[in-house]
Amino acid sequence: MMRRGARWLAAHDRVRAWGLLAPGTLWLLAFFVLPVAIMGAYSAMERGLYGGVEPGFSLASYARFFDPLYLRILGRTLWLAALTTLLCVVIGYPVAYAIAGAGRWKHALLFLVVLPFWTSFLVRTYAIMFLLRDSGLVNSALLALGLIDEPLTLLYTPGAVLAGLVYGYLPFMVLPVYASLEKLDPALLEAAESLGARPVAGFLRVTLPLSLPGLVAGSLLVFIPSLGAFLTPDLLGGARQVMIGNLVQQQFGAGRDWPFGSAASFILMALVLAVVYVFLHRGAGALPEEVE
Amino acid sequence: MRRPPWWVAGLTAVTLCLLHLPIAVLIASSFNRSRFAMRWDGFTLDWYSRLLERGDILEALRASLVVALVSTLLATVFGTLIALGLARHAFPGRRIYQGLLYLPIVTPEIVVGISLLVLFATAGVTLGLGTITIAHVAFNISFVAVVVLARLHGNGRDLEEAAMDLGAGPLTTFFRVTLPQILPGVIAGALLAFTMSFDDFVITFFVAGVGSTTLPLLVYSMVRRGVEPTINAISTIILAVTTIAILIAYRLREGESS
Repeated sequence: MMRRGARWLAAHDRVRAWGLLAPGTLWLLAFFVLPVAIMGAYSAMERGLYGGVEPGFSLASYARFFDPLYLRILGRTLWLAALTTLLCVVIGYPVAYAIAGAGRWKHALLFLVVLPFWTSFLVRTYAIMFLLRDSGLVNSALLALGLIDEPLTLLYTPGAVLAGLVYGYLPFMVLPVYASLEKLDPALLEAAESLGARPVAGFLRVTLPLSLPGLVAGSLLVFIPSLGAFLTPDLLGGARQVMIGNLVQQQFGAGRDWPFGSAASFILMALVLAVVYVFLHRGAGALPEEVE
Repeated sequence: MRRPPWWVAGLTAVTLCLLHLPIAVLIASSFNRSRFAMRWDGFTLDWYSRLLERGDILEALRASLVVALVSTLLATVFGTLIALGLARHAFPGRRIYQGLLYLPIVTPEIVVGISLLVLFATAGVTLGLGTITIAHVAFNISFVAVVVLARLHGNGRDLEEAAMDLGAGPLTTFFRVTLPQILPGVIAGALLAFTMSFDDFVITFFVAGVGSTTLPLLVYSMVRRGVEPTINAISTIILAVTTIAILIAYRLREGESS
């Protein structure tokens, strides 16, 4: 005989589920889905005289994006995001590797990696600004060492934007790579070595392939926010290192071209979703089966 | 995993130091008497006492706290309910819903902020603390739901079914059995939502109006005007608030896994 409680739950499952989901779902429909839909509609309208939009259908805003000026911004965005991801792999992989092998210090070290990630992104970006400015620590140190005679211009360069992005998103790379390395069975490496594999070969043919899922996840987590970066290029890049996020903001600010700003937002969002799709569906398929 | 070679360990130590250097310099500078140079001129609390004299900073702090508290409360309730609905009930489309839940998390902040600005402008809503709160709830719901969901996957429905067999109604069961079970996850989710709201700049930037300046917005406008020591002091306060919240959340989640 079925117990009473279980029977009640089973009979009301669907109703109760949607009852629980309803408030949050309605909020997200009203303040996430609807706004994006309105923006989509605006992207296919014409620009109003004093900001806003004029009714009517036009794909001119999307066509305008193919202007070399804007394609350059798109190219810079993709390039900076890719370079950020690559640097995070190069810097983050050894960190994840060392933490995974750190024994009882594992959790404390992991916490050290995560802590800056949870603190304000704005404050962290400002901290980088503070270091890179003409009288900041980096220039002061170089001057004191006698390596340079006058301060280098470090701020408002592509390098500054790159430094800000890598600094901002590095923990996103370390965490998933650590998680996949931590699961790795040391016996596999021992087996490889007892069969004559040198440490380098053992790393390249055992450790690296098995940590690939973590690398893929980490790359996704770094690449996506880098594509949509706004604050980092705004504060560290200045007027000459504009990324798509800044282009969008300009159109809704001084530019007063809502349809074009909406179209640029949609292109950015399409890029992000395409990347997620490729990573999750194609990337996951190419990964080796998890070893039990 | 085996122990890393010495050079990997060394590289890691350097990276971890670099990761904390910018913040450490910032905090140290907020106590430094020297105004511009990177030189230690002695300990001072001057920059902090100057903050107290500035009405706009206290006002911004108050606005940030109000928005963070209200939006955290709403997002935690909505997010927890969604997590419960997803973890405890089978219904058609559950997997799709769970996938869609990640959409607000992966969508670039600038797109979320701009689209909300477009919505409010179209609907003729005046921008202010209200619109900021609405926006913060929207980006925090998914986040809380994901955190609580992770907690819920651990435990089944056995205790709830037992309570109901013993005659407890659905509400009693929820408050006396379900909630105590998931409370650490809910509190962790709420603390994370609080820091996300308290720290948020990009989305707030677009949905704030005249006279609704939060602390991050104020810091941003000060930074745009140029580096000055009071910014270091405000930044240190922001860091302290969020770090405390994160430490508590971390402890709660740690207790969960052990």
